[in-house]
Amino acid sequence: MLCDDCKKNQACVHLTQITNTQKIDKHLCEECAKKYGELIFNVDQKFSVDDFLAGMFNNGSIDNSQMKVMTCPNCGMTYRDFSRTGKIGCNVCYTTFAKKLEPLLRRIHGASSHIGKVPKRSGGQIELKQRIKQMRNTLANHVTNEEYEQAAKLRDEIKEIEKEFHEGE
Amino acid sequence: MSQAELFIKPLTSWMDGSGIDSDIVLSSRVRLARNICQIPFPNRANIAQLSKVEENVEEIIPELAEATGKTYQSMSIDKLSTLERNVLVEKHMISSNHIMNPENRLVIVSEDDKISIMVNEEDHLRIQCMVSGLDLGATLEMASKIDDTIEAKLDIAFTEDMGYLTSCPTNLGTGLRASVMMHLPGLVFTRQINKIMNASTQLGLAVRGLYGEGSEVIGNIFQISNQLTLGFSEQETIDNLTSAVLEIMTHERAARKALYAQSPDVVSDKVWRSYGVLKYARTITGNEALALLSEVRMGIDLNIIHNVPAKVFNELLVSSRGNYLQNLKDNGNLSPNEIDRQRAAMIREVLMNGSND
Ligand SMILES: [Zn+2]
Ligand SMILES: [Zn+2]
Repeated sequence: MLCDDCKKNQACVHLTQITNTQKIDKHLCEECAKKYGELIFNVDQKFSVDDFLAGMFNNGSIDNSQMKVMTCPNCGMTYRDFSRTGKIGCNVCYTTFAKKLEPLLRRIHGASSHIGKVPKRSGGQIELKQRIKQMRNTLANHVTNEEYEQAAKLRDEIKEIEKEFHEGE
Repeated sequence: MSQAELFIKPLTSWMDGSGIDSDIVLSSRVRLARNICQIPFPNRANIAQLSKVEENVEEIIPELAEATGKTYQSMSIDKLSTLERNVLVEKHMISSNHIMNPENRLVIVSEDDKISIMVNEEDHLRIQCMVSGLDLGATLEMASKIDDTIEAKLDIAFTEDMGYLTSCPTNLGTGLRASVMMHLPGLVFTRQINKIMNASTQLGLAVRGLYGEGSEVIGNIFQISNQLTLGFSEQETIDNLTSAVLEIMTHERAARKALYAQSPDVVSDKVWRSYGVLKYARTITGNEALALLSEVRMGIDLNIIHNVPAKVFNELLVSSRGNYLQNLKDNGNLSPNEIDRQRAAMIREVLMNGSND
């Protein structure tokens, strides 16, 4: 693969950088990579998502003083472990460190929340909510594409399901 | 396929050259990441917790068999030889990550090799389903069925907003990674591949080489997969990927046609020369073999070479790999030169048996 910047030399470094507004993903030769200095996270062969995430934990803007002593009651993971490994310890960690994780998750996934499959045992209500969320997305797409007839039809369907949802509550 | 056959048979049924658009799409795969509530993720779990996960999963095998109508075998990674572990990686049945800490790691494989469940990889469960050709829908359906069966027995970690909780936050949400393995010599030779890769990245897709994350491109084989798991449903994810793959496929077909139309003599000389080298070489490296095989395969697809069946390419993709060759010879101490010699012999034999001339 040729270097994305000079388009001359063979690329050997994979640069990935996620800022608040955009994601940069480049394959660079050694020469061009030097220009990016400290931004280089990895060399192609050894690219590790973990190091990358650990770096993102460390770059968080939140005041860390309190977080450092915080410990997950289920697995004993501390905030420091996070910034070192970039890995979550258990499902409870997601609640324990919710505040700290929030900006990180926003950087990885945007402002999104889950759409899709729901475990059956968590009950029909969540599934219904998921369906409404998905239909709202489709509705927005129809509006953008100026497909007003389909949009109106979908809007009525959502209203129906929402009624059903509130009755179930 | 029995356990013994799994390591010595080159062809897996999900890479046998059958299926939709299989001249360009080698295989489609879907992976679901799942974790059990309260038990720490594998990187944080102790031995007792890891073996509890193993036990919990092994107990479900009869239910899995009933739900899917297939039989399964469970293998402890630490009970396999180093070569056997690497053969499973070369065959894409498990990740290279899964053999780093072999203790308390399992792989559960269906008899047809289309399903493999890694236990205690990065997540407690990594459910993988694979088919030959382009059919992500079929793989997703299979994976969901297995997921349903497991979820009926085990408490799977999930929240309404974040979806399925995973060890690495990049997999949160659906926990779904769908990927398609494509053979794209036309785009490489016409130097369009970078354009395609950039466009794919902008669509939220990742493009990698034959062996996943960070691996170099060999044999003009690329893996295209989704990167985003939160905010998109499973169906949307595979629909997006499928439409990108169809688009890439159109460009690949056009590129091959253009290449051949523009310089038929150069193209047919190139593919026949590659065939000649493969057929008569006495020593050959793995990367050279794959590069030449890619050209021969393109020659078959372009109807230049008639006497070799296309699936020879799929077969040699696996059987020309170093660990597979060594395992076949029952010798993990072959020198690189000796492996190159064995590889050349193997390719000569396959081409001799496979061709009709
Ligand atoms: Zn450069
Ligand atoms: Zn925890």
